[in-house]
Amino acid sequence: MAVQEALVTRPVTVSVNGTERSAEVETRLLLAHFLRETLGLTGTHIGCDTTHCGACTVLLDGVPVKSCTVLAVQADGREITTVEGLTPAGGLHPIQEAFSAEHGLQCGFCTPGMMLTSVALLAENPDPTSEEIRWAISGNICRCTGYQNIVKAVQHAAATLKEAS
Amino acid sequence: MATAHEIRGLGHSVRRKEDDRFIRGKGNYVDDIVLPGMLHMELLRSPVAHARINSIDTSRAEALPGVVAVVTGELLAAHNLAWMPTLSADTQAVLATDKVRFQGQEIAAVIAETAYIAKDALELIDVDYELLPAVTTPQQALEEDAPLIRDDKEGQESNHIYHWEAGDEEATNRAFAEADRVVALDTFYPRCHPAPLECCGCVADVNPATGKATVYMTSQAPHVHRTLFALVAGLPEHQIRIVSPDIGGGFGNKVPVYPGYVIATAASLLLGRPVKWIEDRTGNLISTGFARDYHMHGELAFKGSKMTGLRVKMLSDNGAFFSDAQPTKFKAGLFHIVTGSYDIPAAHVVTDGAYTNKAPGGVAYRCSFRVTEASYMIERLVQTAAYELGVDPVELRMENFIQPEQFPYESATGFLYDSGDYPAAMRLALERLGYDELRKEQAAAREEGRLLGIGVAFFTEVVGAGHGDEYAIAGLRMFDSAELRVHPTGKAILKLGVRSQGQGHETTFGQIIAQELGIPYEDVEVQEGDTDNTPYGLGTYASRSTPVAGAAAAMISRELREKARKIAAHLLEASEEDLEWEPGRFYVKGSPDKAATIQDVAFAAYTNIPEGLQAGLEGVHYYDPPNMTFPYGAYSVVVEIDRGTGAWKVLRVVAVDDCGVRINPMIVEGQIMGGLTEGFGIAAMELITFDDDGNCIGSTFMDYLLPTAWETPEFELDATQVPSPHHPLGAKGVGESATVGSPAAYVNAVIDALAHAGVRNIDMPVTSDKVWQALAEVGLAE
Repeated sequence: MAVQEALVTRPVTVSVNGTERSAEVETRLLLAHFLRETLGLTGTHIGCDTTHCGACTVLLDGVPVKSCTVLAVQADGREITTVEGLTPAGGLHPIQEAFSAEHGLQCGFCTPGMMLTSVALLAENPDPTSEEIRWAISGNICRCTGYQNIVKAVQHAAATLKEAS
Repeated sequence: MATAHEIRGLGHSVRRKEDDRFIRGKGNYVDDIVLPGMLHMELLRSPVAHARINSIDTSRAEALPGVVAVVTGELLAAHNLAWMPTLSADTQAVLATDKVRFQGQEIAAVIAETAYIAKDALELIDVDYELLPAVTTPQQALEEDAPLIRDDKEGQESNHIYHWEAGDEEATNRAFAEADRVVALDTFYPRCHPAPLECCGCVADVNPATGKATVYMTSQAPHVHRTLFALVAGLPEHQIRIVSPDIGGGFGNKVPVYPGYVIATAASLLLGRPVKWIEDRTGNLISTGFARDYHMHGELAFKGSKMTGLRVKMLSDNGAFFSDAQPTKFKAGLFHIVTGSYDIPAAHVVTDGAYTNKAPGGVAYRCSFRVTEASYMIERLVQTAAYELGVDPVELRMENFIQPEQFPYESATGFLYDSGDYPAAMRLALERLGYDELRKEQAAAREEGRLLGIGVAFFTEVVGAGHGDEYAIAGLRMFDSAELRVHPTGKAILKLGVRSQGQGHETTFGQIIAQELGIPYEDVEVQEGDTDNTPYGLGTYASRSTPVAGAAAAMISRELREKARKIAAHLLEASEEDLEWEPGRFYVKGSPDKAATIQDVAFAAYTNIPEGLQAGLEGVHYYDPPNMTFPYGAYSVVVEIDRGTGAWKVLRVVAVDDCGVRINPMIVEGQIMGGLTEGFGIAAMELITFDDDGNCIGSTFMDYLLPTAWETPEFELDATQVPSPHHPLGAKGVGESATVGSPAAYVNAVIDALAHAGVRNIDMPVTSDKVWQALAEVGLAE
């Protein structure tokens, strides 16, 4: 049986939300579990196991990835941003403020992944159309809100960021 | 003091208090809970739908380092826990002992030091199955020679579960005999699944020293679950504490008790350590509460274009165990609300249920006990009748609506509709849509060979169970509760028997206190979900939180206000009768400056209480509603069909809802948009189906399709507000209106594009291949 032989461990060092974190992990450990269980960052959620729902989305070197489909060892030496890293020392990130202002969340389970995908979109495209937003977040499933207010929230954040720049 | 506007009572779209933790990633969902010494549990599920279990060999799994225990049905049977009662008075296997009865059924549980090891060990359990033929439809199940699924039940000789009727058969037969036209429709509302983004799970922590069992679990009804745990496990109820932390969506999926909860609790009891069980998505889709699976036949009798009688026959597929989460008395939930929004003098509803080799647990996927199936049946049937009679579908509805002056209206199947102005809501929807203009566009488009469809659905829901005489689950009357504690400084804690899964209770219920007691909503902390710390309640599902617990919150505020009046009279040295109330303060009639604020009164309640009055400003109210509430709405959808592919695109959705008085309009609209999206998913793509061997097709999000932002249309919302006379605030439930009302609107729109060619029905999900097939059959395919 292969299960016993698979238990190989490796050291992993990643920069998470600006802080260097190291651990000895099983090579099969998923990044989502590494973040949630090894590092205790439970803002990253798991919703489906098959890379469909996007609840586990984090930024890997600034690019949104579904952390249930990335191995922790693949993140070695790279930079990760989770929802915990979005929040500035005082106040809120414009995307957090916008999600609340526009009622872009209900149960909150998809929200961290949805916000991180949106942040990546706005970094690339500061003034997206609603169609571009809908396409960008189409890998993140929300069961509660119906998306319309999420689209409004991303537009709201885009306006705030534009004002600030 | 705060002005009425600053207090933010009813009608204010204030931001949600719960957002602060969710947007920071600081929610506390069940999988976020880690306890010292905690073990992890994974479930082995049956790969086959129907088989006898000859043997289960767990020795290789037990030998795997890190495995602490393997639990089988045999072990549970030794503790009398292999079977548990269901909410519909049946029994359900916790872990299979004799047979497996559906694919995905729980066979064994591994408890290990990590979830990874537990999953590894599942692969080392050897089960010897002797395959039996699978039954996958209720029609097959009721055939003479069908294999008997529930051979565990004494006296059960067929797969038939229940027969239940409502209405007046004789009067209905008369109406049909005298009718000058009868229109019929057969339709199937397929099996779908609530699929909340968070799966089910628990952390069970039985303290070996005290015997106290604390179970953190994804529960929409924590108090009911505590009582069921006491009954199932024989534990003393005061030694059980259910904590329902933040919940990542429920939609009915988190109402039943699932085997995983019971096994994890039993394992914690046996091992003396906390045990965490977090279901994976496949486990969620193939074993937990599905929805619908109703095969329906409806007939409407007409005199001219006036409806005179309704006959409905329904056959339900309940899966391997009858574990529908519904008031126990009603075998097909509230399906007999099928007369809908129409003044139909006679109706007769006949329902039967059957066991099949499919997952059990019919739950109301965002609906009040089968009102969704009922609403779909009548709205599809009325649409069909319009085409058959050659009457505009809106006109036919207008002509047959229950009229405003008829409320309260007693329906032919025995419901007392509280309030409404259906024509006004319909007219508003038509105006917003530009209905007449659209009909012209549709005709012009048809000339050009384009297929536009305009679908209308007018739903009436029945939500907010009880009254307790009529509505009870496992004997528990469906009341709900609110406990309000006003502190000396005028801040308050409100404790509820319900449990939000994203509906925004922490905000809405604070606004109710603000409205009734004048304490700003920011100063009210709302607590739910911990059975040690909240009054008993039946929970949040079937749109019952605002109708029942919301009423309880209003009533306890009013009771405390009466006590506050006595204290204010003492403070102002005036008689109670001379005091006027306005939100936030009492003042002496004619002297508005001589006043005591609610904060003054709260302080006095602990420092300067008049003689003869108990100290404190606290109380609890149990509210048993006099009636259900009946929200309604007019939904209209415009689609265009691609004749080359059968794909249909939604061009417009206009939704007019009347849920009575709106406490937080922003939250209400959020609920409606969410429901319109799930309704779209059900109409267009969501499907749990099975092959002939009972293999579930729809066990991951690869096969069970959910709408993303890309497919989901834009919604245009509007409202009318006719208060409910049976609720202290005039409010009705709203969380499920749009899932109930919208599927028929989407389907009616597709059918409307094809009706001129004679197409009358396409069963959901209305996928492009089915539409293309219909186009081909009537010669419209390109």
